[in-house]
Amino acid sequence: MSESDLQALTTTLALSGVTTLVLVLIGTPLAWWLARSRRRWSVAVEAVVALPLVLPPTVLGFYMLVALGPKGPIGGTLESMGLHHLAFTFTGLVLASTLYSLPFMVQPLKDAFAAVGTRMLDAAATLRAGPWDRFFSVVVPLSRRGFLTAITLTFAHTVGEFGVVLMVGGNIPGETRVLSIAIYDHAEAMDYASAHILAGGLLTASFLLLLTVYFLNRRYMVVYP
Amino acid sequence: MTIHAHFKLDWPGFSLDVNLDLPGRGVTALFGHSGSGKTTLLRCIAGLERAPGGYLDLAGEVWQDADRFLPTHRRPLGYVFQEASLFPHLSARGNLEYGMKRAAAKMGRAALDHVIELLGIGPLLERRPDQLSGGERQRVGIARALAVKPRLLLMDEPLAALDLARKQEILPYLERLHEELEIPVLYVSHAPDEVARLADHIVVMRDGRAVASGPLTETLARLDLPIHLGEDAGVVLDAVVAERDAQWQLARVTFAGNPDSGVWVRDGGHAIGHHVRVRILARDVSLAITRHSGTSIQNILPGVVELLADDTHPALALVRINVGGVALVARLTRRSAHDLGLVPGQIVYAQIKAVALIG
Repeated sequence: MSESDLQALTTTLALSGVTTLVLVLIGTPLAWWLARSRRRWSVAVEAVVALPLVLPPTVLGFYMLVALGPKGPIGGTLESMGLHHLAFTFTGLVLASTLYSLPFMVQPLKDAFAAVGTRMLDAAATLRAGPWDRFFSVVVPLSRRGFLTAITLTFAHTVGEFGVVLMVGGNIPGETRVLSIAIYDHAEAMDYASAHILAGGLLTASFLLLLTVYFLNRRYMVVYP
Repeated sequence: MTIHAHFKLDWPGFSLDVNLDLPGRGVTALFGHSGSGKTTLLRCIAGLERAPGGYLDLAGEVWQDADRFLPTHRRPLGYVFQEASLFPHLSARGNLEYGMKRAAAKMGRAALDHVIELLGIGPLLERRPDQLSGGERQRVGIARALAVKPRLLLMDEPLAALDLARKQEILPYLERLHEELEIPVLYVSHAPDEVARLADHIVVMRDGRAVASGPLTETLARLDLPIHLGEDAGVVLDAVVAERDAQWQLARVTFAGNPDSGVWVRDGGHAIGHHVRVRILARDVSLAITRHSGTSIQNILPGVVELLADDTHPALALVRINVGGVALVARLTRRSAHDLGLVPGQIVYAQIKAVALIG
């Protein structure tokens, strides 16, 4: 593997890791709210969250590029504050990936939270557990499978993204050049040997990851008597 | 020490409006059909349901009023759910300890061991909830609620999800609890036999209202509002075993408050002096103006007619008889009552065909 490919691998892992971490932090409360809310407009929020599933990545990437760029609402604001805009940066890539992978974090968590049910929470409340305590001592352990699935899918999905990265990040080695783009470059340049190494590696790694998840999921099965 | 509870709720298709003073000791049954609001009332008391404008205090300690709403986890109560609701990710022991780790007041080692023994769950503690039977789960659920040393125990139809055999398995444990617990218990049930066996006090719920509230024996003997525990009106009486007849396998029980009274029942194996409950259904009591001889009925008690009232069917009447301070209810046809010329104050002989010994 060449120096630049190794760099692409590091960038990919960093991007996926950071994106997954950010999504655990914002996806968990969002999923909790969606699972518990009976408000009518929570349905609209749910639809927005699911949007990246059906939208072409280039569409999302395009809007993110506009928003993060020097004239966009986010990039422009940063520029006016004397900071740099976020187009073609790692930070911009993390923001775009977060949005793009949002449903992969929120959907499994939401389903897991909904399955816990109010009965368990009521029981915990009558046993002196406050709201935060109830969440961490009852909801989280009962949603282990949901967390495992959500985290794996988010990570793997971010590793595999192409369109959004290309639009928002460009192809800057060490900053925004990720594996999927490196593979594309190798194929374009007819360097099939290098493309094979990266593509085959990704395929194997993804398969092993999912295998582990499904194995653990079986062990983490919660049996509600 | 008493409990004052006042709650009003207006939901689409259901409203709750109750204002109750409940005793601070013993078992109070919240009795009624499903949909009568008894579980909702219990949830309001637990703080699991918010009833704005409600009021609740336990022995003067206010849990909810116009300015305050103590959240459920700050209320010193124990709650037993209809389905045991054990945490599936914890063992039976883990479930017991969940509340104990968090409660300010908790049971000491010895008290906990006693509850574990009382409920017979010692051998089950290392098992997970899915490895327990329904009855076992419910027993763990009861122990879990007691382990936080509650000052009020709320039980929401703890036997309703169990089959008859499992019910029979748990009822004796509940009776032992009833004898030993120092705290008030609110017991939601629609099952007459549970109420007759366990309750000291009864609140009858109908359409979100409490239509009657009082001591069990008195309330069951009320004729203005015959409370049909099961298919028939009747009374439940506290009694003591006074005499046992080994030859005929019978025992004589005397009613509390009237040691001279007494009826013969099948000997249930209880020792003399043991407290029992008996249930006498109105349909098993007939009345005579004179004391009959030459009848198969052994239990004939003299009494005074107190009140006559209509029964559910227009052909029938209910008559309350005072037998030395103990109230019995008899069901007669209105024609019999007319032919006998029954009026309040009249002396009659209550012929009791069957007495059921319940616990």
